[in-house]
Amino acid sequence: MHEVLGVLPYAVAAWILLVGCYGIATSRSFIHVVVCLSLVQSSTYLMLLMVGWSHHATAPVFADVKPGVPVVDPVVQALTLTDIVVGGAVTALLLALTIQLAKRQGSIDPDRIRSLEEELEE
Amino acid sequence: MNTLAVMLVVAPLLAGAVIAGASITPLGRRLADPLGVAVAVAVPAGAVVLIVTVGETTRVLWQGGWEPVHGQAIGVALVVDRPALLIVALVGLLTAAALTWSWHFLADTGASYVVLVLLFLGACDGFVLAGDVFDAFVWFELMGVTAYALTGMRVEEPRSVHGALSFGIVNTVGASLSLTGVALLYARTGELNLAAIGASLRTASADHLVLISCALLLTGVLVKMALVPFHFWTADAEAVAPTPVCVLLSGAMITVGAFAVARWWWVVFDGAVPETAIRHALLGFGAVTAVVGALMCATQRHLKRLLAYSTVAHSGVISCGIGLLSGSGLAAAGLYAVGHACSKGALFLVAGMLLNRFETLDEHELYGRGRRMHLAGAIFIVAGLSLAGLPPLGTWAGKSAYSGALADAHAEWLEVVLVLVSALTGGAVLRAGLRIFVGLGDVPDPGPDTHEEPEGDTPRRRDGFRVLAPPAVLLVLAAGLGLWPGVAAVAQRAGATMTDTGGYVDAVLHNAQVTAPEVTVEPLWQALSAGLGLLAVVLGIAFAVAGLWPSRRPRIVRAALGPVRIMVRRLHDVHRAHVGDYVSWVLVGFTVLGATLLHT
Repeated sequence: MHEVLGVLPYAVAAWILLVGCYGIATSRSFIHVVVCLSLVQSSTYLMLLMVGWSHHATAPVFADVKPGVPVVDPVVQALTLTDIVVGGAVTALLLALTIQLAKRQGSIDPDRIRSLEEELEE
Repeated sequence: MNTLAVMLVVAPLLAGAVIAGASITPLGRRLADPLGVAVAVAVPAGAVVLIVTVGETTRVLWQGGWEPVHGQAIGVALVVDRPALLIVALVGLLTAAALTWSWHFLADTGASYVVLVLLFLGACDGFVLAGDVFDAFVWFELMGVTAYALTGMRVEEPRSVHGALSFGIVNTVGASLSLTGVALLYARTGELNLAAIGASLRTASADHLVLISCALLLTGVLVKMALVPFHFWTADAEAVAPTPVCVLLSGAMITVGAFAVARWWWVVFDGAVPETAIRHALLGFGAVTAVVGALMCATQRHLKRLLAYSTVAHSGVISCGIGLLSGSGLAAAGLYAVGHACSKGALFLVAGMLLNRFETLDEHELYGRGRRMHLAGAIFIVAGLSLAGLPPLGTWAGKSAYSGALADAHAEWLEVVLVLVSALTGGAVLRAGLRIFVGLGDVPDPGPDTHEEPEGDTPRRRDGFRVLAPPAVLLVLAAGLGLWPGVAAVAQRAGATMTDTGGYVDAVLHNAQVTAPEVTVEPLWQALSAGLGLLAVVLGIAFAVAGLWPSRRPRIVRAALGPVRIMVRRLHDVHRAHVGDYVSWVLVGFTVLGATLLHT
């Protein structure tokens, strides 16, 4: 039982990643695509936090914890924070582009936007 | 000296911040262009100074003085060695050419265009010099975000915005996979420093976790390198991005990605992951990419898409060079990358001139309209020959180095791929150049409306010295590559430095003085490589002639082209897709890469 619980978070991270990709692959709206992309990115947060987690350990804040008490790995938490910032920048940029697309094209359906591939040169 | 090395990363970022701050005043806005160009010129100049003074030693700069103790590294390191500096110099040079070309350009975006280009330059430099995997990831993402923003810069153009969205989405998925790989490697080794991860992995043979994290980590960079099937964003982005951005995407980003693949393989995975596995993966992906890219390139009529697919093809060739897993293979890949970046940069810049003057990039629409542009036409056609690798121009120096490396690795079959890529990509450029600037060939059918908005707002100044000098300088550099006798030695020693895993680890973790290993240098000028170079150009010219006069093709050629045309049409159908399909292809590519690594 314990082993299953140990693997579960990694399985959930992989599941979130794949669900996000499925969402992008079948999407009918660029807003939905960007949300799914955030989902893909959030799978990495879970993965990172899980890597540093350990049983019976507390938060790595030493204000009220005596040295020697086990704490979870602060490095991965820093990585996760950095990753969230990066993810926020990407999401904001892509949503801004989506707004522009809606203004200029009147549609944000990836299927209805004219394909960029041109005709063949004979 | 150490300050200078750090400035390679910091100066562009600082200058970007200063320009962004100053641009609230009219005087500050006017300062953006000169300051941007000055920094973009200073970066390659600084890199060259370091190349000369640092010599062949590897320097490690621990930020904040957090040096490793007893081989335990927790600080952030910049690793400055000859190969990294050469890449920094190339990226800086391309940025300088791009910013000079686009002086007063995109004025309606304020100074943000110059700021973003400088951020991209700083991010590329940081990524190349980073000694630990998480910093590399942050630089990687900064490089990505600035590139998406630059691609979608012309927000009033729906195609531009669409291209930037595809670019951003596909690359972000790739980056997430890479970060998952970083997390798994950290879980296994407890290290983020590249050298420390490698040292830890080499103590045991690689199990599935290491192999999967290798595949995950590489996927994100292969997306940036535009290998098939990770390449779908490339043509969409480069067809619509502002011209100077195309120069950076096709010259700088591909090269930086290739550098990361090589560095990570030798420092992190070599000795843990079996060599045959990565060799099969890189050679397989590389060869397929080269062929698919060359076929797609040869059948485009939109100039920038044509050039974008040619970038894909050449990136495949570069991947093959890394896949040979030898110092000589890396030297060949590096030389090839430099020749390609300079020739392709010149071609994109001339294509941008055509767009600004005639407001279209359609090869048929432009038929004969460039007859008066003598200098631009000459640059375009010579750059086409340089792309095809006419000795001694452009990619030829790289191809010549490939001949030796392929013979060493018993992979001579790749010569066929090299000749095919040169002939088709060079031939397609020659066809377009002769049609547009000389007016040769049958009068083509213009087809539907192909009007595009020009990029600049200052028509009078468009075709002055400032827009002709950057492509001319790039072309001269590409031509000089094969003529400079010392180039083979520089490339071979840089390749040997990259493959010296022990030297890198000793320099980083044990503060050792490490110098590049001695190599025996093979001269570039050999009968075989010169002959193959000429053969590729002759085939390219034949392809261009066949494309220019479709009505005069002999019946046998038409019959032979029938099945090829059906195949190419299927290939085009695959590329005419939804952004979700692009992401599905990334997952397919990752699965193939993972399966290759697990089963060999």
